[in-house]
Formats: sequence, C-alpha cells, structure tokens
Amino acid sequence: MNETTRQRRVDRAFRILTASCALVVIVLMGGILFELLRNSGMSMKEFGFGFLTSDAWNPGAGEFGAASSIFGTVVSTAIAMLLAVPLSLIIAIYLVEVAHPRVSKIVGGGIELLAAVPSIIYGMWGLFVFAALMQEHVQPWLGRWFGFLPLFQGPPMGIGMLTAGLILTLMVLPFITAVTRDVLQMVPPVLKESAHGVGATMWEATRHIALKYGRRGIVGAVFLGFGRALGETMAVTFVIGNSHRISSSLFDAGNTIASSLANEFNEASEPIYLSSLFELALVLFGLTLLFQTLAHFWVSRMQRQEAGSR
Amino acid sequence: MNRAGSAEEARSLPSKVSVRNLNFYYGGQQALFDNNIDIPEKRVTAIIGPSGCGKSTHIRVYNRIYELYRTHRAEGQVVIDGKNILLPSVDLIDLRKRVGMIFQRPTPFPMTIFDNIAYGLKLHYRVGRTELSDRVEDALKRGALWDEVKDKLGEPANALSGGQQQRLCIARAIATEPELILMDEPCSAIDPVATAKIEDLIQTLRDNYTVVLVTHNMQQAARVSDFTAFFYKGYIIEFGATKQIFTNPAERETEDYITGRFG
Repeated sequence: MNETTRQRRVDRAFRILTASCALVVIVLMGGILFELLRNSGMSMKEFGFGFLTSDAWNPGAGEFGAASSIFGTVVSTAIAMLLAVPLSLIIAIYLVEVAHPRVSKIVGGGIELLAAVPSIIYGMWGLFVFAALMQEHVQPWLGRWFGFLPLFQGPPMGIGMLTAGLILTLMVLPFITAVTRDVLQMVPPVLKESAHGVGATMWEATRHIALKYGRRGIVGAVFLGFGRALGETMAVTFVIGNSHRISSSLFDAGNTIASSLANEFNEASEPIYLSSLFELALVLFGLTLLFQTLAHFWVSRMQRQEAGSR
Repeated sequence: MNRAGSAEEARSLPSKVSVRNLNFYYGGQQALFDNNIDIPEKRVTAIIGPSGCGKSTHIRVYNRIYELYRTHRAEGQVVIDGKNILLPSVDLIDLRKRVGMIFQRPTPFPMTIFDNIAYGLKLHYRVGRTELSDRVEDALKRGALWDEVKDKLGEPANALSGGQQQRLCIARAIATEPELILMDEPCSAIDPVATAKIEDLIQTLRDNYTVVLVTHNMQQAARVSDFTAFFYKGYIIEFGATKQIFTNPAERETEDYITGRFG
C-alpha cells in the first residue's frame, strides 16, 4: 500500500521534473520570438510589408529593406546545397559501399574533424586563401568559358556571392556526409545481399535499395546542412563582401541576413537602424522555421507512404 | 507425403551442382573443409547441422554472395551446369540471375509489391509494360502469393506479413528464372502457419527448380527434402537420401545430431 503511494509520488515528481525541463524549450522559443517582434516594431511600422521587398539599405538616409539580404541568404544557401548534397552522397556512398574499411575509417575521421572546425576558421581561410584562389584562377576561368551567362560576368574580385556559396558548401559537406554515412551503415547487410542476390550491381544496389531504404534519414541530413547554411554567419561575413545589393553576377559582393547582422549591429546608432536589424533577424527566424516545418511535413509524408495504406 | 529419394536415385540423377574440395575462409579462420557434394537436379536438398557448422557459408558460395565481404575467400571448385563458378571470369550478374537466394529474414525492397518482383526482372530483361506485368503475375503465382496480393500490387511490400514477405522474396527470386534456388533458413523468422505455406511452396518448386534448403529444423528437412547433407564443424559428414539419413544414418555424428544428442 505504502509502496504504491511512494511510487506514485516519485513518478509524479519525475513527470514534473521532465516536463519543466521541456518547458524551457518552449519558453526560450517564445521569448526569442517575443523580443524579436518587440524590437522590430518600429521598423515594421515605418516600412510595413515593403521592408521585405525593398532592396534599399541606406542607413544614412534611414532607408532599410531586407530584399538584398534575403536574396543573398537564399542564393548562397542554394549554391551550397546544389553542390554539397550530391557531393556528400557520393562521398558517403564511397565510404560505406566502396572504400576499403581502413580508408573509410581515415576519410570518415577526417570528415568528422572538418565538421568540428569552428566557422571562424573557415572564414579566415576563406578570406586569405580561398578568395585569392578564386580571384586568380577560378573566376577568370569561369569568366572565360561561361562568361556568356550573366552569372559569371564582371571583374573577379575573389570575395563575393560565389565564394560565400563555395565556403558554405565546404562547411555543410561534412555534416551531410557524416549523417548520410551513418544512415547508409544502418541499412541491413541482408537487404544489400538480397539486392546483389537478384543480380544488382554495386551501383544499382546502392541507388535503388540502400538510398531508398535510408531516404528519410538522408533527407534529415540534407536539412541539417540546409539549416546550417541558412544561418551560417562568421565564414560568410568574411567572404561575401557585405554589400546590400542584388546582382545577377555571382562574382559580385552581396550579403546574407546573418552576415548583415554580424556586421552592422555595432554600427547601428539610430533606433530605426537597430529596429530594422531586429526585423531582419525576425525574417531569418521565420525562414528557418518555415523550412524546418516543410522538412518535417516532407519527412512525415514519406513515413506515411512507407507505412502503407494498411 | 514422403517423396524422399532413395540412395539409388541419388546416384542416377544428374547433378546441378558439383562441389569439389571446397575450402572457405573468413579472414584467417577456415570455416569449410574439403566439402564435396553433388546436388541432384530438380530435387530438394536439405542441409542440416548445428549452428556455426558452415551450412549457410556453404550455400553462400554457390552465388558468390560472400564476395561482398573483402575478407571472405573460397577455394576449390563449384561446378554449376558444367562451369566452375569460382573462376574469376564468371559473370556474377548472370550467375545470380541463375542462382536465386532466399535469406533468413524476409528482405522486401523498399518499394511496392509489384516493383519488388519487377526490379529483378528489369535488371536482366528488356521487357515491355504488358510482358512485365504478365511476368510479375506469373512469379507471384509460382510464389503462391498472387491471390493474397493481386488487389494491392501498388502497396509497399513491407506492409505484408512476415510470411507473405518471405513468399514475395521467393517470387522475386523466381522471376528472373533461376535454375537453382538457395534458401538459407527461410522459415527461421516466421510463424508455424506461414512456415507450412512456405514448405508447401517448396514442394511445388521441385518440379522446375533445384532447391538447396539450409535448415536447423530437422522435421522440416524430413518433411520437404529428397536428400539431406549433414554438416558438422565445416565438414560434410554425410550426404544421402533424406529417408536414409533420418532412419539409418551411416555416421555416428549424424545419428547423435538427429536423435538430439547435441546441436
């Protein structure tokens, strides 16, 4: 009798303890959203919806618009994902299906190390080494052969949207690779064997069976990298050039929401400037939320499809 | 019920697989020792023996699936239809089309029921849409699954029960028209009713295919096989007509095993 009441009390305490820890997440989330909304109030009142569509960013004249930052965020992230996703999948497939276990261990360890390198180091390396490489070799070459595309026109400056996108590629690559590798390693060996057993080649077994079996995890990996690219600040700030404009050329300088925030907070003397930066932060918060939600729905739809209609 | 072959029959039947001096190694560890056996064509041959005696290892040589693992190595001769399939020149894709394999657990591919069957077919044959669906239907019928799935071919295969999944895998193996079907304890993850269905299915397969069935279930071996090989510690101790192995084994170890003295 006593035993059960004691048990019940302990269970209750446990429930309260865990629930209150979980509550911290909600409170934090709400607090951040509240602060962003409160601080961006002035800018919202001043510019209204036009804040999102205007690319004017003129602190002297008190003009602020988020369009160039949103554009830069989307473009640099898109470059990163376009390059990093296929590359990561190929590396992960190599590590799991093709490479000698010893090679796989060494390269895999390297990938994990890369994932652990602080972003400021990517930024410094990007500015001092990679940007110079881009300026001297990559951009002139692209300009020569693909200069007919508006994307690759203009003087090679080293820093700019393309360089930022490539740095982001290098930064998200290890994340997506490491998670995809883990996902592929979880594919039951007997499933792979049965693919080979009906006469599939290594490529066919990987593409049709292993990738398909692990596709939910791989989508998760992709969105992990996506989230990182979207919000990455330091490295991008170093190499993107920090100019508030929208250009069709990837060689031109640009900015992202995160890089503008990092760059300009300590310059923001006017209340309206500060408020605009807060609204910019709100936009990034909203974008992240939007994409996470989309990812969530996508994954759960896949889950339903897999579970079947039984 | 008892169609078990006789010793005379074993000698007179043409053999589908002739294994000569087969040795197998996991890295530095030898798992099979000088295996010699002739698997009779269009019969069911059971391989029995205690766990870890090399039963699965032995049949995994027949389609060279062991080669997926770097450290696994086979030496000797495995002649299927007059050709030593251990030679490096053998086309593995073609070999695996001719030698189907069923595993301990059902392994439906992550796709629909229809696509599971069509997948193997499309790897080997160029077929039009109508022929493809005809052949899928045919394979599912031979796999004794058609009546249960004909109305839900578009559903994911992993929505099927375990027993149905295993019959799906058998149908998938049949679809590429193999001559030899290897079954590695196909009922070990399946309930008794589903097991009975698969055993019935194996009986019908005998008319068109050569079946090698690894099982740890001696009743199963006695029920469905014509011939039985007893493996122990990597050696083939005894091979003969199932009836003879179970009623009058020649070797002491075989008798000890089937009477339940070990294993």
